[in-house]
Amino acid sequence: MPVTFRDLIADNKRKSFWLVAGFCLFIIAAALILALGVAAYWFPDAIAHLDFRQAALVGALAGGFAFLVSTLSYFEGDSLILGISGAREIAHRDDPELFNVVEEMAIAAGLPMPRVYLILDPAPNAFATGRDPEHASVAITTGLRAMLNRDELQGVIAHEMSHVRNYDIRLMLLLAVLIGTIVMLSDLFWQMLRFTSGGSRGSKSKSDKGGGVIVLVILVLALLFALVAPILAQIIQLAVSRQREFLADASAVELTRNPLGLAGALRKLDADPHELKSANRGTAHLFIANPIKKFSDRGQHIWASHPPIQERIARLEALAGAGATRQVPAAN
Amino acid sequence: MEPWVIPAILGGVGLLLVLWLIGVYNGLVTRRVETQNAWSQIDVQLKRRYDLIPNLVETVKGYASHEKDTLEKVIQARNLAMGAKGVAEQAAAENVLTGTLKTLFAVAEAYPDLKANQNFLALQEELTSTENRIGFSRQHYNDVVSQYNTTLMQFPANVVGGMFGFRPADFFQLDAAEAAAVRQAPQVKF
Repeated sequence: MPVTFRDLIADNKRKSFWLVAGFCLFIIAAALILALGVAAYWFPDAIAHLDFRQAALVGALAGGFAFLVSTLSYFEGDSLILGISGAREIAHRDDPELFNVVEEMAIAAGLPMPRVYLILDPAPNAFATGRDPEHASVAITTGLRAMLNRDELQGVIAHEMSHVRNYDIRLMLLLAVLIGTIVMLSDLFWQMLRFTSGGSRGSKSKSDKGGGVIVLVILVLALLFALVAPILAQIIQLAVSRQREFLADASAVELTRNPLGLAGALRKLDADPHELKSANRGTAHLFIANPIKKFSDRGQHIWASHPPIQERIARLEALAGAGATRQVPAAN
Repeated sequence: MEPWVIPAILGGVGLLLVLWLIGVYNGLVTRRVETQNAWSQIDVQLKRRYDLIPNLVETVKGYASHEKDTLEKVIQARNLAMGAKGVAEQAAAENVLTGTLKTLFAVAEAYPDLKANQNFLALQEELTSTENRIGFSRQHYNDVVSQYNTTLMQFPANVVGGMFGFRPADFFQLDAAEAAAVRQAPQVKF
C-alpha cells in the first residue's frame, strides 16, 4: 500500500507503463488469434501449413498499430476526451472566481497552473485529465459551477488537483483511450464475424474434412476473446478508480484543510437528478462522481466506477470532527 | 582463490557505496531546491498583493472619499510591508496589512454604490484570492520543508547530510507571539 504521494506517483507511472505494455501484448495476441481463426475458417488446411514468417508479420503489424495508438493517446488523449465531453477552454476574464480557485489549489499543491475547461451541461460533475502536471486540464460542468459556493468549489478543484499531482490522470487517460480501443475493436470483430459466417456458408461445407474440429476450437477461442476482453477491461478500469476517489478526497483535504467544503459539494452532487449527456461507460471513471444515474446502468459492487457518495461524505465529516487536533499551526 | 578476488570485491562495494552516496546527495539537493522554490512562491503572491492595493485604494476613493484614515492606513501598511527586512519583521508587517484590508472591506459595506461597482467587485475577488494564495503558498512551503527535514533527519540520509553540511529548513510561522502561544498551549499544569 503506497504511503506518500511520491509513492502514489511512482505506482501510477508503473501501472501506466504496464498498461501500455499489456495493451500492446493484448493487441498482438488478439491479432494472431484472429488471423489464425479467420485463416482456419476460410481454408481449413491452413493449420497444417502454418507459416511463422506470416505470423511474425501479423504480430509486428499489430504491435506497430498498438504502439501508435498508445503514443497517440498519451500525447493527444486529453484533447480527445475534452472534445468528446464538449468542454470549452476558458480564460481568467470568463470566470475570475473559478480561475482563481484553480490557481490557489495549484499553489497549495505546488503544481503549475492547469488549463481550465467548462462543459455546458446542467448535470453537476467535474474531471481532470492530461499526461502529467505540466500538461493537465481541469474541466467542470456549468451545472456544478452554478451550484457551489467558494469553499465547495475549492474542495472539488482540490480533489481534481490531487488526481493531477498523483498522476492518476495519466493512468486514467490511458485506461479510457486504450480500453475504448479494445472495446471498439471487439465490436468491429463481432460485426465482421457475423458478416463472414453469413456469406461463406456454401464454400465451407465443400472442404469440411479432418480440419473441422480445429476450426471449431479456434473459432470458439476467437469468440471468447472478443466476448471476454471488454468485460475484463471494464472490471480492471473500475477496480482501479474506486480506491483512487477516496485517496483524492483525502489529499484534497490536505490541500484545503477544510473537509466540509468538499463534503458539501458531494452532497449537492448526490442530490442532483440530472444525467450528464456527454459521459458514457468509457469516460465515467474520469469524473468526480458517477455521471451515470440510472440504477440499471449503475449497479452496486464490481460495476460501480465510484464508491458510494454517502460513504465519501461520512469519511470527510469524520475528518472535520478530528480537525481540531489536526490543524497545522501555519495553515493560515 | 585468485589473488584479484578480494580487491575486486572491495572495489565493487566501494563503487556501490559511491553510487548510493550520489543518489542520497542528489535527493537531498532536490528537496532543498523545492523548499527554496516554495519560499519564492510566497514572495510572488505578496508582490501580487502590493500591486493590487493602489488600484483598490483609487477605486474606493471615488466612492468613499471621507474614509481617508482607513485608506491611508492601508497604504502605510503596504509600504511598511514592502520595506520590511527579515522573515519575522515581514510576517508582522503582512499581518498588519491583512488587518487594514479587512477594515477597508468592512467599511466598504456601508457604501452601496461602491459595492455595486464592477471594478471594486473584481478587485475584491482578486484580493480575496491573493489572501488565499498567500496562505496556500505558506502552507505548501511548510509541507515541503517538513518533507525535506524529515528526509534529512532519517538514517542514513542524516549521515550524508551531516557530511555535506545540509541544514534543516525553518518553518514559516505567523509571528513570534502566536508561535509562543502555540508552544505554550500543550503545557499541562498540576
